[in-house]
Amino acid sequence: MTSMSKPFIDKHLPKNKLGLSVRNYEGVMSTLCAGCGHDSVTAALVQAFWELDLAPESAAKVSGIGCSSKTTAYFMGQSHGINCVHGRMPSVATGANAANGDLNYIGISGDGDSLSIGFGQFAHSIRRNLNMLYILENNGVYGLTKGQFSAAADYGSKSKKGIENDQMPIDPCVQALTLGAGFVARAFSGDKTQLVPLIKAGLKHKGFALIDVISPCVTFNDHAGSTKSYAHTYKYYHPLVHTDFVAHADEVTGAYDQDGAMRVTMQDGGELFLRKTESDYDPRDRAQAIETLLMNKTEGEIRTGLLYLNSDLPDMQAANKLPKTPLNQVPYESLTPGKAALAKLQARYR
Amino acid sequence: MKPTDTRDPDYYHKVVDCQWACPAHTPVPEYIRLIAQGEFTEAYLVNRRSNVFPGILGRVCDRPCEPACRRGRVEEEPVAICRLKRVAADHRDEVKHLVPQKPASTNGKKIALIGAGPASLTVANDLAPLGYECTIFEAHHRPGGLMIANIPSFRLPEEVLDEEIGYILDQGVELKTGHRIESLQALSESGYDAVFIGSGAPKGKDLRIEGRDEADANIHIGIDWLESVAFEHVDKIGKEVLIIGVGNTAMDCCRTSLRLGADDVKVMARKPRQFFKASPWELEDAEDENVDILVNHSPKRFVVENGKLTGMEFELMEYQLDEDGRITDTKIAGTKIIPCTDVILAIGQENAFPWIERDIGIEFDKWGVPIVDETTFESTRKGIFFGGDSAFGPKNIIWAVEHGHQAAISIHKHCEGSALDSRLPRGVNLQSAKMGVNEWMYSNSYTGEHRRQMPLAELKARLSNRKMEVETGYTAEQIATEVQRCLNCDVQTVFEAPLCKECDACMDICPVDCLSIVPVAEEAELRQSLRVPANNKDQDLFVSEPLKDTGRVMIKDENLCLHCGLCAERCPTAAWDMQDADIFIPHVDDETRKVAAE
Repeated sequence: MTSMSKPFIDKHLPKNKLGLSVRNYEGVMSTLCAGCGHDSVTAALVQAFWELDLAPESAAKVSGIGCSSKTTAYFMGQSHGINCVHGRMPSVATGANAANGDLNYIGISGDGDSLSIGFGQFAHSIRRNLNMLYILENNGVYGLTKGQFSAAADYGSKSKKGIENDQMPIDPCVQALTLGAGFVARAFSGDKTQLVPLIKAGLKHKGFALIDVISPCVTFNDHAGSTKSYAHTYKYYHPLVHTDFVAHADEVTGAYDQDGAMRVTMQDGGELFLRKTESDYDPRDRAQAIETLLMNKTEGEIRTGLLYLNSDLPDMQAANKLPKTPLNQVPYESLTPGKAALAKLQARYR
Repeated sequence: MKPTDTRDPDYYHKVVDCQWACPAHTPVPEYIRLIAQGEFTEAYLVNRRSNVFPGILGRVCDRPCEPACRRGRVEEEPVAICRLKRVAADHRDEVKHLVPQKPASTNGKKIALIGAGPASLTVANDLAPLGYECTIFEAHHRPGGLMIANIPSFRLPEEVLDEEIGYILDQGVELKTGHRIESLQALSESGYDAVFIGSGAPKGKDLRIEGRDEADANIHIGIDWLESVAFEHVDKIGKEVLIIGVGNTAMDCCRTSLRLGADDVKVMARKPRQFFKASPWELEDAEDENVDILVNHSPKRFVVENGKLTGMEFELMEYQLDEDGRITDTKIAGTKIIPCTDVILAIGQENAFPWIERDIGIEFDKWGVPIVDETTFESTRKGIFFGGDSAFGPKNIIWAVEHGHQAAISIHKHCEGSALDSRLPRGVNLQSAKMGVNEWMYSNSYTGEHRRQMPLAELKARLSNRKMEVETGYTAEQIATEVQRCLNCDVQTVFEAPLCKECDACMDICPVDCLSIVPVAEEAELRQSLRVPANNKDQDLFVSEPLKDTGRVMIKDENLCLHCGLCAERCPTAAWDMQDADIFIPHVDDETRKVAAE
């Protein structure tokens, strides 16, 4: 924890369409360890929201328990949010989404919260195709309880005390792909040039968008032998696709390298430009995505980028034909039609 | 771009913008911290070591440090550095026993110093404690040079002046007042080992236009008139006074006129306001006393009726400016007569050396300015040195002090018979400011408070008393606030590339986005590739050695850094550390210490 809050100075910074600087999208000071990858993910979120000209109050932040789940306090101080029970964030997000589909839902979770205690919740939120950005800050370790292996720890990787992990890991991206997610990405907290466009695309994706971010635990999992350390990730880091996101309102300019890029139009009209860095990887091919992810376990490469994209799936709101108007905007009389209406409804089941 | 060599003492020195801008390189953040701790005496002595006259300069310095102050870029206004210097001087305890003392014995070397202004006094201050027998020759009956003759007492009280000059004279310096040097040749033949000329730029420029001679009784040369007021030969002036010129002397003339009975004082400027030479605060102070400043009036003639000055005629100027604000065309749109009883000419001053023979080996340029070496301050004749306004024309007190320090080193080397240009280099000494986990030896927090305004004496009271000091000094609350506005730029951000694991923590926490990790490139490209483009080219980029995991480099744009230490607090490996940089500026006593060490 730092000795003081970050001084607010933004006269040197550009303003977005709402007249806000990137500093207006920050939250309270982080209490995580100095050098935690999560703080870098927070900074990427702040940058992405600012670039998207998103009004802070249009966002709802949801999280469970863990170091990662604390970070919702550290960005967009002026938005909605709830920090709920361990592993139960997807249920709360589902309820909130049903009541108000207009907000931008941002779920922040960790490998413990999503892949152990909340594994079932995680799976079902994907099945429901909940319209949210789900960021899994993955460090392979239980940081808050001092460094036990998590379910995401790689087979054979070593704990800080030198003990080898003898269990197979759960890969959240493979899980999401098999469960039918329409947006699956992997990124690294140390590379914001990749992470920021992915966050923007994920926010604009209509449906469940998973970004599994390798976010090193600087205190318990940043040693030699760890496969989630900064040094290891930098060494084996291998982006498969580079993503640029151009919002609906913006002009597609020459700033984006369009040569050989796949151009994908999102449901809200924004466009994605996907550039392969090498090999013939097509992020629209689900089988190839699963195969690639399973394969990389043997080669050690950490393959990142937008691994799979299908923006044609109906999200929970559409599939269940939920009312378009958020409940808080529905007049009281319609929302609670009264005793007579209740009696009439009950009569239908007699 | 190559990795930055931070062992070059100038690199970290430049980061301390105020200290770098100060001709005498006063360690500003250091003395401001001392004031914050209530160590006024210590703060005074730190100042005195560099600038010799903290009480005087704390009132009337030209403050090159303030426009340079980083705070002015981060917020709106710079730290009130000059006002804080005065705080140290006003609140110090007795320092008589703490300043350099008269040595037990002399070294037998005799130094003549001409003119008892800030340059000569500094030379004496540096040399006398080392045993040099210094004799200052002063034409007036009191020492101080322009500090007493040209700066009015309402800006610089005589007690302050006398006290600080006293510290120097008490070191065994002989002062001969009322002793005008009429011949340098005669002086140089009278047994001195070296001669230092600090006689200033004592000749005010005249304005030879129609009516000048007829109206002579009511036309005054600014610096001569101020001198006559200071030495009490003049104690009144007419009701309507025009000041010609708009430099700092003009400001002193108009304000002095108000105190000698004038009630309508106008400063006449030939050009628009952006071309004024006066310091902004001196303009403000004059306008605060209801002086009118009229622009675009170019003097045409003095209007004389019955042998007496009744007014002055001006040409009304119109200027065409280009995009950069330079004048491209001038037009006279008409003329206007402005009535007045007196005119004071404050249109500049020049050096005058009628007492230096032209055949004794001292060369002058075509403007009559002596040719002086910019490092050693030696003239073209060995053993004769110049400093202050007499060396390179009118500057200001703080420059004169620095000239004095440098000339003292040269005089010492001259007397020792060593080469004048083999001077001690500057140095930098770094020491970690870390006291514990996120605890630093300085106050690293940032306050958004704005610059404190100097309280002034009541207008009517001050105009009725020429000697009443206008600025009354900061209150305790103002001091407490102003000291915290200093960003402690001398506590440097020091980076150890091999320790960095590229976690981005420092970049994310930096409140002014001055850190970036990017692939190395040429400077112009690098400046644009940072998180926030580094467009202030006056400020350096720090470039680290390549980082071990990606080969990229850490870049720091020095422009807006708050020196808050958050990068160091957030760094998991202490690759960033805050280190107090002590910039070593050699003085003549350091040169003697070096000799002793050898």
